[in-house]
Amino acid sequence: MEQGANAASDVIARARKVAREVAAPAAAEVDREARFPKEAIEAQRKERLLGAFVPTELGGLGCGMTTLAAICEAFGSACGATGLITAMHHIQVACIVRHGGDSPYFRKYLQELCDKQLLIASATSEVGTGGDIRSSVTAVERDGASFVLNKDATTISYGEYADDILVTSRRAPDAPPSDQVLTLVRKADYTLTKTTTWDTLGMRGTCSPGFRLESKGSVDQILPLPFGDIASRTMVPFSHILWAACWLGIATDAVSRARHFVRTEARKKPGTVPPTAIRLAEVINLLQLMRNNVHDAASECESLMKKADGATDELLSIGFAIKINNLKIASSQLVQQIVQGCLGIVGIQGYKNDTRYSMGRHLRDALSASLMIGNDRIYARNASLLLVHKDD
Amino acid sequence: MKDKIREILRQHGRLSKDVDTLPDDGDLYEAGMTSHASVNVMLALEGQFDIEFPDRMLKRSVFQSIASISAAIEELTSGGG
Ligand SMILES: Cc1cc2nc3c(=O)[nH]c(=O)nc-3n(C[C@H](O)[C@H](O)[C@H](O)COP(=O)(O)OP(=O)(O)OC[C@H]3O[C@@H](n4cnc5c(N)ncnc54)[C@H](O)[C@@H]3O)c2cc1C
Repeated sequence: MEQGANAASDVIARARKVAREVAAPAAAEVDREARFPKEAIEAQRKERLLGAFVPTELGGLGCGMTTLAAICEAFGSACGATGLITAMHHIQVACIVRHGGDSPYFRKYLQELCDKQLLIASATSEVGTGGDIRSSVTAVERDGASFVLNKDATTISYGEYADDILVTSRRAPDAPPSDQVLTLVRKADYTLTKTTTWDTLGMRGTCSPGFRLESKGSVDQILPLPFGDIASRTMVPFSHILWAACWLGIATDAVSRARHFVRTEARKKPGTVPPTAIRLAEVINLLQLMRNNVHDAASECESLMKKADGATDELLSIGFAIKINNLKIASSQLVQQIVQGCLGIVGIQGYKNDTRYSMGRHLRDALSASLMIGNDRIYARNASLLLVHKDD
Repeated sequence: MKDKIREILRQHGRLSKDVDTLPDDGDLYEAGMTSHASVNVMLALEGQFDIEFPDRMLKRSVFQSIASISAAIEELTSGGG
């Protein structure tokens, strides 16, 4: 599935170019106006990047996890909202590629996705469950070969701009809240009615208000595997790694602004090290930690995915679940710490919203990281897993 | 042994169905056991049978049904684990 190293580096180079030339120049306006970064997504379509994770035989680029992480990092460093949208899309595509691959419906869908460069959104959170993705209130109602699925979603990023949506729900009206399935609903078959607004501190361009979703379709659109397995094998690891990669991009851009500031200071008085340089050394230390964390998790996940067969899938092990949860918690804290450190370095120039050293957008975007699936919820999950985990 | 497993599921499994109506191979997750509840079931089984599930057994498929739990416990208590 994975292409050779050259091809992967070519894809990353194209992503970086789009990020630099299209996403970055629009970032301030996207943030200010809380508008969808349409030019950056359109440019990704032209480069066929929305099918990055789809196997080449279905028309995709056949990239692996480490390449996806590099793409999300590139967009995150140009515009946090574009980075997060890109990450969310690839997480949804990965669920379909990895768990719909044998179904004729989903193979055809993936070809269409690559052909038309479709953008997929996610509706997991629901009124009544918050960030607990492993429980649903609503149920998919089957009637012969068709279904009806309605949901009060608290947050659907780029809901209005997506082509299709992946939705969690209970398996059937008589199923308990934790017995869930994941269903693809198509734009022609759903209506979205906005129920709340999205005037937030940060990640404003993700355009993520609440919606009432009403949809129908054919039962082929329901992924066959129980959602619990899809979550452990794909949705959770891809989310934590690709979100963290996006946050790494935000931190990297903040550090590069701080670095430029310190160098400019140094040039004013050659021969003396500016006092802010020591704080720069400090944030670069944290950035290295964050980068190693993200890259290590991405490579490990990629190699576990290659190794996995039906019987032994280490992605399902408790050890891996704890690790991938720790990645999310640590990265969400580090991005905030790093950006705040950078603001301290550049001072008032960073506090202003209209200088080349502005840190407001980075800081506000970074603050979403510990809230999207609250860190305490994830700590609670790890605390319970650690009671039975034996490997120390 | 299966009766003891049923008793533990009754106390800790938080199933939405009566555990007595569930066949040995009935899917516990479909019966409403959450992953959080499955951790409590594991801990109770470890206490009851004086065993430790090694990490390789801590996965959904092992805790999927009364039959699969019972097979895992047998493997651990027969000295073969
Ligand atoms: C930028 C952004 C984009 C998003 N995009 C989407 C999207 O596209 N689709 C989607 O479905 N959702 C999306 N979400 C929503 C997200 O996935 C979560 O649903 C949401 O962040 C949870 O919101 P909440 O604060 O109401 O959390 P809740 O989960 O209700 O938690 C509230 C508080 O309780 C704490 N808490 C909860 N459980 C425990 C526990 N067991 N132990 C200790 N503390 C606990 C949490 O840490 C938190 O502090 C997005 C969120 C953000 C910020």
